[in-house]
Amino acid sequence: MSYLEVKDLKVHFPVKGGLFGRTLAHIKAVDGVNFSIEKGKTYGLVGESGSGKTTTGRAIIGLNKITSGQVFFEGQDITNLNKANKDIRRDIQMIFQDPYSSLNPKKRVIDIISEPLRNYEKLTKGEETKRVQELLELVGLNPESILKYPHEFSGGQRQRIGIARAIALKPKLIIADEPVSALDVSVQAQVLNFMKEIQKELGLTYLFISHDLGVIKHMCDQIGIMYKGRYVESGTKEDIFNHPQHIYTKRLVAAIPDMNPRNRQQHLQFRQEVKNEYEQAYNQYFDDEGLAFQLQPVSDTHLVALPEKG
Amino acid sequence: MSEPILKIDNLRTSFRIKDDYYPAVDGVSLTVNKNELLAIVGESGCGKSALAFSIMNLHSRAKIEGNINFKGQNIVNLPTSKLNKLRGKDMGMIFQDPLTALNPLMIIGEQIGEILLIHGTNSAEKRKERVLELLNKVGIPRPEHVFNQFPHELSGGMRQRVVIAMAIANNPELLIADEPTTALDVTIQSQILDLIKELKEESGAGVILITHDLGVVAEMADRVAVMYAGQIVEIADVYTLFENPLHPYTRSLLNSVPTANEEQSTLHVIQGVVPALQNLPREGCRFGARIPWIADSAHEKNPQLHEVSPGHFVRCTCYKDFHFPDRDKEGNRHVVS
Repeated sequence: MSYLEVKDLKVHFPVKGGLFGRTLAHIKAVDGVNFSIEKGKTYGLVGESGSGKTTTGRAIIGLNKITSGQVFFEGQDITNLNKANKDIRRDIQMIFQDPYSSLNPKKRVIDIISEPLRNYEKLTKGEETKRVQELLELVGLNPESILKYPHEFSGGQRQRIGIARAIALKPKLIIADEPVSALDVSVQAQVLNFMKEIQKELGLTYLFISHDLGVIKHMCDQIGIMYKGRYVESGTKEDIFNHPQHIYTKRLVAAIPDMNPRNRQQHLQFRQEVKNEYEQAYNQYFDDEGLAFQLQPVSDTHLVALPEKG
Repeated sequence: MSEPILKIDNLRTSFRIKDDYYPAVDGVSLTVNKNELLAIVGESGCGKSALAFSIMNLHSRAKIEGNINFKGQNIVNLPTSKLNKLRGKDMGMIFQDPLTALNPLMIIGEQIGEILLIHGTNSAEKRKERVLELLNKVGIPRPEHVFNQFPHELSGGMRQRVVIAMAIANNPELLIADEPTTALDVTIQSQILDLIKELKEESGAGVILITHDLGVVAEMADRVAVMYAGQIVEIADVYTLFENPLHPYTRSLLNSVPTANEEQSTLHVIQGVVPALQNLPREGCRFGARIPWIADSAHEKNPQLHEVSPGHFVRCTCYKDFHFPDRDKEGNRHVVS
């Protein structure tokens, strides 16, 4: 039994319009996604904007309503939980993309970080302050700064406040939605290192959502590639980066800039080749609507969306 | 190759905060040659965009001092009427966010046509012809259709192509691209960058590419200038910069990138942050505060750019003594017990 298991997850958003606001159509943001994460591992979800990766993450934690499909966490069905039994949610927390908009500018650090504590644990004022200070120390911020406001911190520090809030309840699974996309490389390095550190320390499992394949390769053990709400390929880091099978994955991997300027010409040529292949073979890899096919196993760990043979 | 289009000499751009002026660009000198792509890298707050905006004179309230030589004249503090003859014609700019760079109420054809009209293409037919040609050139499918569309009807990548079409409409000799792909997806990013490169090769224009992404630099640049706290700390051709980076800031930046090709379990973290404009150290090595394990004596009192090999300049002497905190000078890792 996997730690987190997502089965045939679908999230469709209605498009309303007309005279009475009737539902005219559905946007299939997530359209049949399956994956599972092992305990203590980092699973990377990759895709372009609009591919449904963020919606998947939000649906798991309950921020988007699930249209159909199931989500199991530690063997328990947590699909569309209602308020009464949301306690499981304390085990799953989220780190948001933009540290500038995900912290309430009118709240002090102590109020931001203790919000989950106040929801789930009954602590006295003193205990609460102590916990928040411990958390700040853990994320490498000065414990004295509990009375500061978010604007007094830099981008990297704010993201650490977001992380402190996410780990306040000692969760087991953290969904990190583009946690470093808004940050400079140097600050990005800081946050990534730190996320790895606390993963070891607290035994966390990550669902890491990003469009940056460099970051994904650095962080993740297992990777899933999404396109227009469906999976096109999933596998280990090795499978995806060294033996990409689907044309879309190949294109993504080819688009990663090469850090050696001497390989430039070669890389450009490779990129062009992949682009041509992509244009020529597009119909073989996507169905009539331009969507990916069902996943087929090509090895024990490696699944690729290929048309059924025959 | 070595025919300079743009020559910047000791440029200082200062912004007013309360009652004082603080230079965000502080004594920058550089040249851009014909058919050359100069990349400017640095963290946010290092003055890269301030530099680009100074060249185009787009700052509304800044004090700009120094020399910017473009087409045989100093364009610093040139009257707006004269500047407007250059901007959009001889110098084009590609902005970071294509959504805010375009007018939401104007169809694409008119927006690109406007820049042609301002610079003297009076016949409406000729303008339309040229706009369609440009849209085609930047790789927009069905130009006739896009001509009549509004920006919101296009995707991010397509919008950026429109912005590029506007920038190159009058065949500029200098093209400034300020983080042209930061707002875009990876696959689109590589397409846009390839396009910029292609256009450069074709027209022989000089290009200034501002970016914080070192991968982009490695793919695109001919020469690279690394900026920190308003100054250039290292400038070299792209091969030298990636193979023999000297300044501690350059080396730290390179080491903090999670490269997709190399295994490296922890990334290098540059201590501290770029100081705010008012708090910039104006004396001594500006990067010194972020590498505190390097002795003060290693830094120069008044750091200058030194030419270490032809065309390779490094500021301050601290590069000679620099090593990463977990390694010695030869680059061997300390054994951490």
